[in-house]
Amino acid sequence: MMMKAATMRVTRRQALGLGAGATAVVIAGPTVGPAVAKGQSAEDAIKAFTGGAETKTGKVSLSTPEIAENGNTVPVSFDIESPMTADDHVQSVLVVADGNPRPGVATFHFSEMSGKASASTRIRLAKTQNVIAVARMSDGSFFMDKRLVKVTIGGCGG
Amino acid sequence: MGTRVISSTAAKLAAAAGLAAVAAYATVALAGPNDNELAVDGQKYMTEVPGAKDGPLEKVYSGWRFRNEATQAMQLDDFDNPGFTNVETGEQLWSTVDGEAGKSCESCHGDAAESMKGVRAQMPKWNEAAGKPLTLEHTINNCRTQNMKAAPWKWESNEMLSMTAFIGLQSRGMPVNVKTDGPMKAWHDKGKEIYYARVGQLDMSCSGCHEENYGKMIRADHLSQGQINGFPTYRSKWQKLGSIHRRFKGCMKNIRATPFKVGGDEFTALELYVASRGQGLSIETPAVRN
Amino acid sequence: MAKVKPRVKVPKKAEAGEVITIKTLINHKMESGFRKDKKTGELIPQKIINKFTAEFNGKPVFSADVRPAVSANPYFQFKVKVPESGTFKFTWVDDDGSTYSTEKKIKVGG
Repeated sequence: MMMKAATMRVTRRQALGLGAGATAVVIAGPTVGPAVAKGQSAEDAIKAFTGGAETKTGKVSLSTPEIAENGNTVPVSFDIESPMTADDHVQSVLVVADGNPRPGVATFHFSEMSGKASASTRIRLAKTQNVIAVARMSDGSFFMDKRLVKVTIGGCGG
Repeated sequence: MGTRVISSTAAKLAAAAGLAAVAAYATVALAGPNDNELAVDGQKYMTEVPGAKDGPLEKVYSGWRFRNEATQAMQLDDFDNPGFTNVETGEQLWSTVDGEAGKSCESCHGDAAESMKGVRAQMPKWNEAAGKPLTLEHTINNCRTQNMKAAPWKWESNEMLSMTAFIGLQSRGMPVNVKTDGPMKAWHDKGKEIYYARVGQLDMSCSGCHEENYGKMIRADHLSQGQINGFPTYRSKWQKLGSIHRRFKGCMKNIRATPFKVGGDEFTALELYVASRGQGLSIETPAVRN
Repeated sequence: MAKVKPRVKVPKKAEAGEVITIKTLINHKMESGFRKDKKTGELIPQKIINKFTAEFNGKPVFSADVRPAVSANPYFQFKVKVPESGTFKFTWVDDDGSTYSTEKKIKVGG
């Protein structure tokens, strides 16, 4: 069973490696997940979203379990401090996972009718990693929050 | 909650797998079930009942009590529970005509909320015509082939899982109540024998984990008593519902044993015995686990 | 694969300007493109719900661009401030071009 779990992990990484055509490197590397994924790292994804603008902490509160019993279904939610008026609202929120083969998880778009910029979903995490939420406000500023989620693999539930 | 050391079985298992990192988990102080209460729409469920006087467990706990709050939460609201997409499919199938006899389940059984109430709680149940106990899956397929003149569903098919989830839901909240006397005794005893038999390359039995070491960590997993009151269960690992026999098969593969046949006599006997270990627990179908 | 069926939970009634919670779930495998076929060893091509939108009386109120990292049977919960009675329309877009949608009415005030 242990072996099986371990093998499955390698398989996942191999699959990841195939995308980059660098299987051996992936297995040898310690935690280079995002760096070898199809071009884009979590950092790149965030930069593409913010256009390189400064991203401050605050306003965004991201909730995740500290430990996910299975990486296949990890509940994630966020709540952003904003009056959500025509002049001052959250436009969109990017959620990325920095240790997944591809960091992008989802981008949520809000409107004046949202009332409150909050959302919940369930996501897949390939291993222990950070989940990051970045909010784009209507004035062009960006805010973020980050949470480390420990993903347990193996055992009999793995 | 006191600190318990990792079980000898788990330590042995770790050594067998040659994973030194596993030892790190030995120091994790996580023991016993948690104290959360399971209630859905105001209805409370019995996730803890006293074990039978002459039984092996002092207290009987639902697997829900061994999950963390993120996993538990998915079962607290029927909308959040992904098993309910199958329940809805099952409800449709219930009244869908199939087979040469031109019947649906509803043609004979009417309103499932009445006719199927308590059915899941008594499974597996003795069937005189078959001369053996039948699981819910067997019973459904019997009805399909004999009464509806329809093709049987595959054990792990979406149709079968949807129907067992829908029928199971009609017993939700009712206590597990399987018969183990009369002609069932031999099957119960056979199931018990399987439960305690050490098998596979890792030389483990069901009891090694689920009786002697529940509440402790096996690598990163919090061991439950292996109760089956929530099946078919939506597992995050499977990303869908799965049957009791699928879970048994997975356990046997984990200990590197050759699994018994899904739907076969061995797993039926084991299902009966494991169900009997959870007498009194509320049916939670469709439960959510990791 | 099982027939794709959206589920949504919208309150039947609300006060004008009330912020309500909407829950949605759709049964879908969300094939990530990273899994291998156990028999052939080949990668199974990606097939996911890539877009979810919620409209109220024809106006977009919430949407999500979805990647393979969203779990099977995608679940979204979000808020809407409802100004008047009307109809919500929810749409999911599949990689294969299919769309699945469902509608829910809400009564505001009175």
